Amino acid sequence: MKKTGAQILCESLIKEGVEVIFGYPGGTVLPLYDTFPQYPQLRHILVRHEQGAAHAADSYARATGKAGVCLATSGPGATNLVTGIANACLDSSPIVAITGQVATPFIGKDAFQEIDITGITLPITKHNHLVLDAGELAKVVKEAFYIAQTGKPGPVLIDIPRDIFQQEAEFAYPAKVDLPGYKPTLFGHPTQIKRAAEMTNRAERPVIIAGRGVIISQAFAELRELAEKAQIPVITTLLGIGCFPETHILSFGMLGMHGMIYANKAVDNADVIIAIGMRFDDRATGVVSAFAPQARVIHIDIDPAEIGKNVRVDVPIVGDAKNILGALNKQIVPRDHIDWFNQLDLWRQEHPAIEIRDSEGLLPQYVIRQIYEVTQGDAIIVTGVGQNQMWAAQFFFYDKPNGLISSGGLGTMGFELPGAIGAKVGCPDETVWCIAGDGGFQMTIQELATIVQENIDVKIAIINNGYLGMVRQWQELFYRRHYVHTRLSGPDFVKVAEAYGLPALRVKDKREVTSAIEKAMEHQGPFLIDFVVEPEENVFPIVPPGATLVQAIEMPKPEIVTPSS
Amino acid sequence: MVVTEHILVALVEDKPGVLNRVSSLLRRRNFNIDSIAVGHTEQPNLSRMTFVVNGDTAKVEQVRKQLDKIVEVVKIVDITDNDPVARELALLKIKATASTRSEIIQIVDIFRANIVDVSADSVIVEVTGDEEKVDSLLELLRGFGIKEMARTGRIALPRGSAGPLVVEETRMPEQSSKPLPSEAESPPDW
Repeated sequence: MKKTGAQILCESLIKEGVEVIFGYPGGTVLPLYDTFPQYPQLRHILVRHEQGAAHAADSYARATGKAGVCLATSGPGATNLVTGIANACLDSSPIVAITGQVATPFIGKDAFQEIDITGITLPITKHNHLVLDAGELAKVVKEAFYIAQTGKPGPVLIDIPRDIFQQEAEFAYPAKVDLPGYKPTLFGHPTQIKRAAEMTNRAERPVIIAGRGVIISQAFAELRELAEKAQIPVITTLLGIGCFPETHILSFGMLGMHGMIYANKAVDNADVIIAIGMRFDDRATGVVSAFAPQARVIHIDIDPAEIGKNVRVDVPIVGDAKNILGALNKQIVPRDHIDWFNQLDLWRQEHPAIEIRDSEGLLPQYVIRQIYEVTQGDAIIVTGVGQNQMWAAQFFFYDKPNGLISSGGLGTMGFELPGAIGAKVGCPDETVWCIAGDGGFQMTIQELATIVQENIDVKIAIINNGYLGMVRQWQELFYRRHYVHTRLSGPDFVKVAEAYGLPALRVKDKREVTSAIEKAMEHQGPFLIDFVVEPEENVFPIVPPGATLVQAIEMPKPEIVTPSS
Repeated sequence: MVVTEHILVALVEDKPGVLNRVSSLLRRRNFNIDSIAVGHTEQPNLSRMTFVVNGDTAKVEQVRKQLDKIVEVVKIVDITDNDPVARELALLKIKATASTRSEIIQIVDIFRANIVDVSADSVIVEVTGDEEKVDSLLELLRGFGIKEMARTGRIALPRGSAGPLVVEETRMPEQSSKPLPSEAESPPDW
């Protein structure tokens, strides 16, 4: 039986298990929107800006492991998705972005709301496709979900002209994909796994650096088995947080620019590094030529292009982390590494990075810690970018698998609020806390209306210091305290929340923090708290730009440092 | 870092936009292409792209891997070390008068090139060969005056028994070890 392109798209999405679409209607997608009432099983969440749709789909994907779907019209709708697609691309998040396009006779004529979105998104998608025949739509959708969700996940964009939504074609959803040029490697090479096991078994000062690949691969149990069997400290990247319980005795926190001193020292002194599902990002390695000078590196990653890209690798293993760790663990000999742990524990005592300093004022670190205390760690934390993000990474203990959702690679301010929407929609039974800065929050503040319209029960904590805090911190430390355009005013966030229709509180006194968080938790529905914190609190430790991991600046506030690069 | 010339050969699906994907990737990875040639292959629906790039081996290997991630790129190999036969084609329009024409023909003959067009004041020379041969002929003819020139990118094949670039059998999704995320059951646990 023939169906329209719009019907074919809807039925294909249902075949892929899609339950939610984050979208925004417009001219070229009107035929699709007109078809939606025929498919009530597809929940559509109307965002207030297409960027919010892309971030929500991204966060939904991270929270559930299923591809998130966002939808926008042609032209400005499509370009508004771009930041969110780039964000998903850099953090390997599987989203399928669907854009309307002007009708095929108008393509290339600079028609109203025409933009070459496949051209624009070429460098920020894993794949994209302009559909020119309704008959190929089902195949394109099948391939899009397959490409987005397998291998190293990433965004796929499907651009559909208006007349293709209306064109009729036979519908048969393909059972298989046939992509001769796309064959992700899933199993590690046995010889390399054997070499990795031998290297690990002989190591005296081994370290595991685990990234988001462990979470994507759901290799939680395998990672834990490796760490416990061989007694290896587990250090994570920012996006790796949530791949190993942070209260575990083998957990040594996050490495990198704002990583724990002891984590960075461990990496610097390690003789063997087992890097799993991470890509040696510059924020994780510090100056790369001085990264882990004593270590031989075993690198496990599903993307062969990541091997040897930034750091010299001794044992490369391409494949899925869960498969590889499963095979590796069989060849691992139980060890104890007593001397190494004595040294690590000494560093941990000397540099307890997670202490909160004494202060009469309201410290942002204290707010994060109280959210941890009140939720007892049983929450998904979705952060913005900047100081709020780093404090959320440092002062909440992530004992829940996949408990942190944050924009790492692109560092997108404004991710937090739509991100929290996506996480809550994907995991309605979880408590979701949005940790926002007052800068980033104002970038996507309009999504408060989405939250209210859909009654999405997210709890919002604004860490309000009246500055673009991380930039101000860099100006303080590296630009002679020249606070150029980083002081920013904001609206009265409590009144804003109330105007949008959700309850809110302002907290200025540390004694009110716990009760405010409890009140938010007790409230059925979304709730906002504006925490007015110490304006010039800094994130420590910090590895200055151009410095090595062990040249981190620690608390207390240091002298002004001149930039070394 | 030793910068050397590399010849990369890619088999790509014959679909719109593939050349754009490839060249866009090279640009954003900060890579200059010395030459590029695209044409059909012995296999249906596949085109062959030959790139000549300069860079140290690690950087070229990195860009090769990045190109391999393009979905339509079925296979890409660096054949530099396979002692390839590499050829370029050039068409040269040379100023020629009655007095210089015979000298030009002599030079062209020595290079086993061809005169493919003659007019009152010029000839068109067609030359095929490796880069050095084309360059040498060009230098010798430069003195007569080059009115116009068209030159292709290099194409190359590995010598002898080195295997052709063949497309391996496609692995289907159901052969993957792990269910697709949408099919995976139960929330993750430690």
